Amino acid sequence: MRVLVGVKRVVDYAVKVRVAADKKAVDLANVKMSMNPFCEIAVEEAVRLKEAKKATEIIAVSIGPKAAAETIRTALAMGCDRGIHLTTDARTDQELGPNSVAKLLAKVVEEESPDAIILGKQSIDGDFGCTGAMLAEHLKIPQCTFAAAIDFDAKTVERETDTGTEVVSFPSLPAVFTADLRLNEPRYATLPNIMKAKKKKIDTKAADSLGVELNEGNTVLEVFEPPPREAGIFVDDVDGLVDKLKNEAGVL
Amino acid sequence: MLSRTLSRITRQPSAARSFSALAEEIFEPLRPAVTMYSEEETAVRDMVQMWAQQELAPHVREMDREGAMRPDILKSLFDNGLMGMEIPEKYGGSEMNFTSAVIAVEEIAAVDPSFAILVDIQNTLTNNALRFWGSEELQEKWLPRLATDTASSFCLSEAGSGTDAFAMKTTAIPSPDGSYYTLNGSKLWISNSKEAGVFLVFANAAPEKGYKGITAFVIDAETEGITVGKKERKLGLKASSTCPLTFEDVKVDASCVLGEVGMGYKYAIEILNEGRIGIAGQQLGIAKGAFNATMPYLRERKQFGTPIGDFQGMQHQVAQLATEIHAVEVMTYNAARMKENGLPFVKEASMCKLYSSQVAEKVASKCIEWYGGVGFTEDIIVEKFYRDCKVGSIYEGTSNIQLQTIAKIIASEW
Repeated sequence: MRVLVGVKRVVDYAVKVRVAADKKAVDLANVKMSMNPFCEIAVEEAVRLKEAKKATEIIAVSIGPKAAAETIRTALAMGCDRGIHLTTDARTDQELGPNSVAKLLAKVVEEESPDAIILGKQSIDGDFGCTGAMLAEHLKIPQCTFAAAIDFDAKTVERETDTGTEVVSFPSLPAVFTADLRLNEPRYATLPNIMKAKKKKIDTKAADSLGVELNEGNTVLEVFEPPPREAGIFVDDVDGLVDKLKNEAGVL
Repeated sequence: MLSRTLSRITRQPSAARSFSALAEEIFEPLRPAVTMYSEEETAVRDMVQMWAQQELAPHVREMDREGAMRPDILKSLFDNGLMGMEIPEKYGGSEMNFTSAVIAVEEIAAVDPSFAILVDIQNTLTNNALRFWGSEELQEKWLPRLATDTASSFCLSEAGSGTDAFAMKTTAIPSPDGSYYTLNGSKLWISNSKEAGVFLVFANAAPEKGYKGITAFVIDAETEGITVGKKERKLGLKASSTCPLTFEDVKVDASCVLGEVGMGYKYAIEILNEGRIGIAGQQLGIAKGAFNATMPYLRERKQFGTPIGDFQGMQHQVAQLATEIHAVEVMTYNAARMKENGLPFVKEASMCKLYSSQVAEKVASKCIEWYGGVGFTEDIIVEKFYRDCKVGSIYEGTSNIQLQTIAKIIASEW
């Protein structure tokens, strides 16, 4: 089985983001960037498949600026075999939307013919959570999203929902899987693997050379911070609470 | 320069000179900043940060209280390639550069300086001394073990000789046929001697020759006659075992000699010169660790309805120390690059060791003050950094010696 994993370069989860002065985007100047945490989980799942001898090759693909090559290197250091880098100068946190990404990934899938495609369930910058599902639709293949456990032998996936875990089965491969938080705990690359990653190959091509229409038809009008949370008030009793909810908050 | 190049072209019109070669001569390529690390070095930094947060951070207080290193964390250091960073891949090492080793020491120190000194001594002293001067046989015997499972100690100081290292009394008398040496004497203040499986020992093989008899030996810790004494109870770096060593008629084969007999004094000086950059990395990590642990508090803690970080007095103090930390970072990694590029670096290495230990002490001390009363308790990590940093101005060359070294070099320049 050959596996394709998507890895996205995003703002590091620990960074306190700020809106840029022109209010058109988040300020990314000098900000620490890392691999999207859900992509790390996707890579880890693929690497474990290889270690269990269920997968023979893992390809890491990223769509992003020149620096996204570092993210692919991290994936290689975690255990992927080779990388594909589709370069673009579009802002991957807002300009390049999930549908464009899904179409680009579909092209890569058509060329590489992997048996399984594992993506993170969402990115922590765009937070759309759509790319995996859209990719499956473009390819007309099964999708198992929000996976907390994947069993390739039984062809079942445990999905996390708001009310608990459900088990779904997929008919066949190839299929798209998106990784949820509890799928696994990703490893960090050891130094010897960072060393080995230096010798692994990354194919680079321009994203707009694949013949895919990259215009979503959306324009970002404004980016702003949510209003600061205001202090609550104490009420004396239930009647007081009901009164406030009815007459001040207007929710009753 | 432009006109000279052009005149050269006009004089030799038939010279096949590519445009790019010409362009390179006229326009120098953009030089990187000292703090622009390579992709690999950045990967090392990220990885060690993650490792330190996940594997080391949860146990730091416990190990400080117990005064001992957890063996599972020690093993994790080896498993992650951190103990053989510059050792060639063929010996099981990570085959990285010196800067990567300094980065690893810095990032570990930001979480636990005790582990940082272990990693520093292993990589910058023991491993490098073996790689520079060890015979093929010695390298093949020890480098794989140093990379995968054996910690080391650097045994130079004695009760009567610290700064005056060449006044050492430990002898290593050669047998009549020269096939083995017998060591007698004792060493003091030996870091990580409880964990070490191999000792790099400096002893005098010809006391009548004075310091020119000092010879370096690579000795298995299990060798009969070696006793590792009781751990010192120290102010800081408590998890790092610091013990005296006694050698009683310890017989070692002549193949244990590192490099040439009588050259030990030179090896010690040279390897300690580079080791200083590693120590600067450790002190830098301490400074950053203390600073980073304190900054969030300045936002959280309010007095008079204001976060204390908003008071101008505090802001000025923060700005001053951030400036000094930045200076230490640039000095340290510049010295590392100079060494990598084969430039003389002794003065710069001394400077960064001297200054980094001063800044680390200042920063750790101030961080306790910024935390106020609670900074004085074991609830907050900064008191540990304060205790841990003090030895920075003492080991691997006291601050007075660094000043002397720098002064001597400057004197020779004028």
